[in-house]
Amino acid sequence: MIGLEHYLSLAAGLFVIGIFGIFLNRKNVIIILMSIELMLLAVNINLVAFSHFLGDLVGQVFTMFVLTVAAAEASIGLAILVAFYRNRGSIEVEDVNVMKG
Amino acid sequence: MEQTMTSDIPTGLAILAPEITLAVYAMAALIFAVYTGKDRLSGALTWLTALVMAAIALWIGMRAPAAREAFNGAFIDDGFSRFARITILLAVAAVLLTGKDYLDRGRLARFEYPIIAALAAVGMMMMVSAGDLMALYMGLELQSLALYVLAAMNRDNVKSTEAGLKYFVLGALSSGLLLYGASLAYGFAGSTRFDVLITTLSDGRVPIGLLFGLVFILVGLAFKVSAVPFHMWTPDVYEGAPTPVTALFATAPKMAAMALMARVLHDAFGLAVGDWSQILVLLSVLSMLLGAIAAIGQTNIKRLMAYSSISHMGFALMGLAAGGSFGVQAMLIYMVIYVMMNVGTFAFILSMKRDGRPLADIAALNLYSLHAPGKALAMLILLFSLAGIPPLLGFFGKFYVLKAAVDAGLVWLAGVGMIASVIGAFYYLRIVYYMYFGEEGEAIDTSMPPVQWLFLMATAAVMLLGVVNLLGLEPLAEAAAAALVR
Repeated sequence: MIGLEHYLSLAAGLFVIGIFGIFLNRKNVIIILMSIELMLLAVNINLVAFSHFLGDLVGQVFTMFVLTVAAAEASIGLAILVAFYRNRGSIEVEDVNVMKG
Repeated sequence: MEQTMTSDIPTGLAILAPEITLAVYAMAALIFAVYTGKDRLSGALTWLTALVMAAIALWIGMRAPAAREAFNGAFIDDGFSRFARITILLAVAAVLLTGKDYLDRGRLARFEYPIIAALAAVGMMMMVSAGDLMALYMGLELQSLALYVLAAMNRDNVKSTEAGLKYFVLGALSSGLLLYGASLAYGFAGSTRFDVLITTLSDGRVPIGLLFGLVFILVGLAFKVSAVPFHMWTPDVYEGAPTPVTALFATAPKMAAMALMARVLHDAFGLAVGDWSQILVLLSVLSMLLGAIAAIGQTNIKRLMAYSSISHMGFALMGLAAGGSFGVQAMLIYMVIYVMMNVGTFAFILSMKRDGRPLADIAALNLYSLHAPGKALAMLILLFSLAGIPPLLGFFGKFYVLKAAVDAGLVWLAGVGMIASVIGAFYYLRIVYYMYFGEEGEAIDTSMPPVQWLFLMATAAVMLLGVVNLLGLEPLAEAAAAALVR
């Protein structure tokens, strides 16, 4: 029998993979976008699982909002990335370094 | 204050009328400008947007004082949210007007700029009025997405697009952390509503799942207010973004995020003060010290203002960490004064140019006072006020948060605040030194468009005259804090 804790562990695992994808990735900014998406989807699993086990619909409504925002976020991220590529000619993470810090 | 429960849609829409008006205005202006003059309309749209926002601020200020809820408690219209919304709207309007000339000169005057800023303002208004985790998230994202776009607004400039990219990646990460916390809070409390969340804490103990939720939400919000150790994006984004956008980042979003933090901590987690207070104390100490120390070596005035804002956020967090109604009141007073000082300082920074090209090098201010004594004096007053030197208004902001900390028994925190403010005074005074005693160097243009001059002089005058009764700010902030902390 699959219980709430299994879903929560899966979501936590995916979320941590997402965070590490952002920080450990030294290659490509697209991978960062994928990692961000992974984090948001992990949260969705959390919300839907809670919603199911609480018998409360609010979590699923929340998921719909998160999906919408994730789509908007991805489009804005890609747009900024395209603008950056035009100026810099590269989307390597190491090349995002014009300013120190 | 009694809350009238309403869930029917017309009443809810009536309560949200200011937000809806601004959102509809933004969308209508966008469609109108696309089909007519496009970028030729940018000047007119900037003025119109600023006027609309000022009018809405007035409208919110004149509404009936009773606290109301809309949409099943998702939106709370109380004294606290009104205070924060008026500050936010006026700050965005002021920043739009001061930045106009800079954008015209740099051929950056796009008609989308005031519209996106207006949408960001709608998001900020939602944030400070949120009574539900969903409303909180939607408001925060509306604000953040609009600001990512603005940071990368100068799309032919590598620094601006890099600032946009960095801001986007770290902002999205922080939103993800906040959202994960929100999902845990929902799961362990069984509701997304703040007033239900708080009932699960009523026996004084916080369930471990909810505690994790609280920590994740706090980390997400700490990113937004750029508190150390979540400040990495701030200097780069401030430096890379076009200066009018930097001025926007430094003012309204900080107020919104700080007010949102107060809202969540008191409305949803108000019975677990001991748990979140220690996190805020840590954020506050680190922000004040790092902001003050790291700013010393900066030569770019925009980077310097970034560290300055980190340090100021530390002070505002100190007020919040003290907890209670007086802590929130101190935070609100501090933030309003901070926003005013930044509007004036950025009006000056926006006017810094040589041969029509903007520059941000502090050394370019050499002997500025010889060429423009009036403006140099106004800037000197603003910098002294930022440093918190009595009897200027900035000192009273610091005084209130320090008093809140001492009253809450956090004497050592207040002590750290004093030390940080002494260190911080050094780099503000360094700018003053350059302006008054620097070496003769290549001169900087001292011309300043009337709007920037007006805001610079007005804020400097406020810093001096505000001493009389803090501009009546104290009772307003007290009423706002009383509406939040019951």
